[in-house]
Amino acid sequence: MSEQLLEVSDLHVRFPVRRNLLGRVTVENHAVSGVDLTLYKGETLGLVGESGCGKTTLGRTIVGAQKPTSGSILYDGKDLADLSRREQAASRRRIRLVFQDPFSSLNPRMTLRQIIGDPLVATGEARGSELEERIAEMMRRVGLSPDYMERYPHSFSGGQRQRVNIARALIVGPELVVADEPVSALDVSVRAQILNLLRELQAEFGLTYLFISHDLSVVENIADRVAVMYFGKIVELAGTAELYETPHHPYTEALMSAVPIPDPALRGRGGRILLPDELPDPTSPPPGCAFAGRCRHALTGRCDTGMIPLEGGVRCVRSGELKLQGLTAKTN
Amino acid sequence: MSVTVDTRPTASQRQLVWWAFKKHRLALISAWLLAFMFFVIALCEFLAPFDDRHRDSAYTTAPPQVLKLWDTDGEEGFRWGLHVDGYTSTQDPESLRISYEADPDDRVEVGFFVKGEEYELFGLIPMERHFMGPHDPEDPMYLMGTTTDGQDLFSQLIYATRVSASVGVIGVLLAFILGIVLGAISGYFGGWADNGIQRVIELIMAVPAIPLWLGLTAALPVEMNPLTRYFIITTLLALVAWTGLAREVRGRFLAMRSEEFVTSARLDGSSHGRVMFRHMLPSFSSHIIAALSLSIPTMILAETALSWLGMGLRPPVVSWGVQLQDASKWSVLSGAPWLLIPGLCVVIVVLAFNFVGDGLRDAADPYKH
Repeated sequence: MSEQLLEVSDLHVRFPVRRNLLGRVTVENHAVSGVDLTLYKGETLGLVGESGCGKTTLGRTIVGAQKPTSGSILYDGKDLADLSRREQAASRRRIRLVFQDPFSSLNPRMTLRQIIGDPLVATGEARGSELEERIAEMMRRVGLSPDYMERYPHSFSGGQRQRVNIARALIVGPELVVADEPVSALDVSVRAQILNLLRELQAEFGLTYLFISHDLSVVENIADRVAVMYFGKIVELAGTAELYETPHHPYTEALMSAVPIPDPALRGRGGRILLPDELPDPTSPPPGCAFAGRCRHALTGRCDTGMIPLEGGVRCVRSGELKLQGLTAKTN
Repeated sequence: MSVTVDTRPTASQRQLVWWAFKKHRLALISAWLLAFMFFVIALCEFLAPFDDRHRDSAYTTAPPQVLKLWDTDGEEGFRWGLHVDGYTSTQDPESLRISYEADPDDRVEVGFFVKGEEYELFGLIPMERHFMGPHDPEDPMYLMGTTTDGQDLFSQLIYATRVSASVGVIGVLLAFILGIVLGAISGYFGGWADNGIQRVIELIMAVPAIPLWLGLTAALPVEMNPLTRYFIITTLLALVAWTGLAREVRGRFLAMRSEEFVTSARLDGSSHGRVMFRHMLPSFSSHIIAALSLSIPTMILAETALSWLGMGLRPPVVSWGVQLQDASKWSVLSGAPWLLIPGLCVVIVVLAFNFVGDGLRDAADPYKH
């Protein structure tokens, strides 16, 4: 693969839950606990996992909306935390976020011109007719007519609003785009349009995507590599085709089995793996594998002790001995 | 066929508010009334027949005169001409109270744009014409009667309107700047800034307002320049009045802080100040304007009460409260009910501000309907 663009190492993000009288944190929520991740130029890395697994927090930390508790994020070889204020501002233009919710992420009192142009206005990068031109150009690129410039977000549909979000993210010419569930709030019919748009824009501007989603079929469609996240950690990382064909982590297998199959004739084969709902308490993570409590392959004594490393793209002590079923096997 | 363009999708917030406001009849009338009031305030020296220092000791507590267009009892019988009847005064030998009667034979000619006392319009243009007044400035023309000092109540009322309304408006503006800035900081940043500001607000709210004002104004030296006193009183009123708004603004910021568009504004490279006042504040600016017009009456009433108690503004500055001091004795008021006219003015203006505020508040959220 080509050059490294972003390297996340041993990243931890913890949120204070309770403080004592002196204001010291006594209970913390471990949203991201020790993530290592590398993004290469021009690729699309899918990040999947169930709700609350920390994938959104990871994305927000990368764009700078959230401060990491510890660990480092190297962008183009430089640690983002070491940068001066000015350099940080510049790096913000290179890493942009596309929001999940196309409704609350657009200020209802601002016109599209103000919303899309804001990143340029806030830093004084463009003004007057140049600003106007760049906004119109960006709107055309994402498939919005520049005639809509003076309209407010309330007169647009979810798909159009997501186009506005994309336009706002791309107007400063970023290299890396963190797309946080960009199509989850959209109708199935609109999803494909937005995914195609993202793919076109990637080819046109040479973008790198970190594509966060809980929807495995969407990720299969767009990603080159997929990282599966569980309970603040990456449990499996592999090329998309490989992962979907032969998962090596029982959690990935469970996720695959939950994907709905469109063809009724193929249903009922393979069988779904039903997980008990209990997630471990994020304020006091268990030792060993966090998934052990829900895993049907878990062995006491092997899975619930020590620290399990990510080896060969899998964080499972039994990965070598298990034969797990992927999505491709199920539908073929 | 004419082509009608639907302007709704591109209508700005301001237009939507205006469309909704127009439907509120009472608020619209009140708005015109207030517009008229501000017109009077601006042209106060020109509109008042006499200036606010004018004093005629020959006519103290004289009743209002009726403006007449013609008279029938002159030497030539019926004749046209704007005039008022002069007074004849008689003194009661026992109570020594002077009572006035209109004297039809003593005709005081009244005209428009007459020469009177010199003044400077807007403090700049020297003029001596008044909108309306007696041809001879020495003649009495007291459309609302006179005060116990022999001052023209009508002229005084015009000057008092300027003082009272401007105390209200300037005071509220000061209070709003304080309230919005501190409330925004409190809600946006949270943490110790929020804690500190909220405790200060609670402290101010815990102290009863009127005694606090009384205490503060009583501490002002009596011989202070009236203009300085006016500004200090206004500031004192504002220092107490900002707390309610600060809390409201804080609540709004707190609720909005976690919205995605705020995060997005930060990521776009906006400074905290720009996020607060460009991205967040406009979301409820119409509510703020409504709250603004709803709190002007409180300010006007506070000033009136303070001045009436003798702790606020003092003569020679006239405000409605100062004027009403005259009406605080029953013995005076029973013989001169017109001294209550400033009170009527207070009621009308306070109601008008309230109606406009109500109308704006209802109109502020066009998407609700």
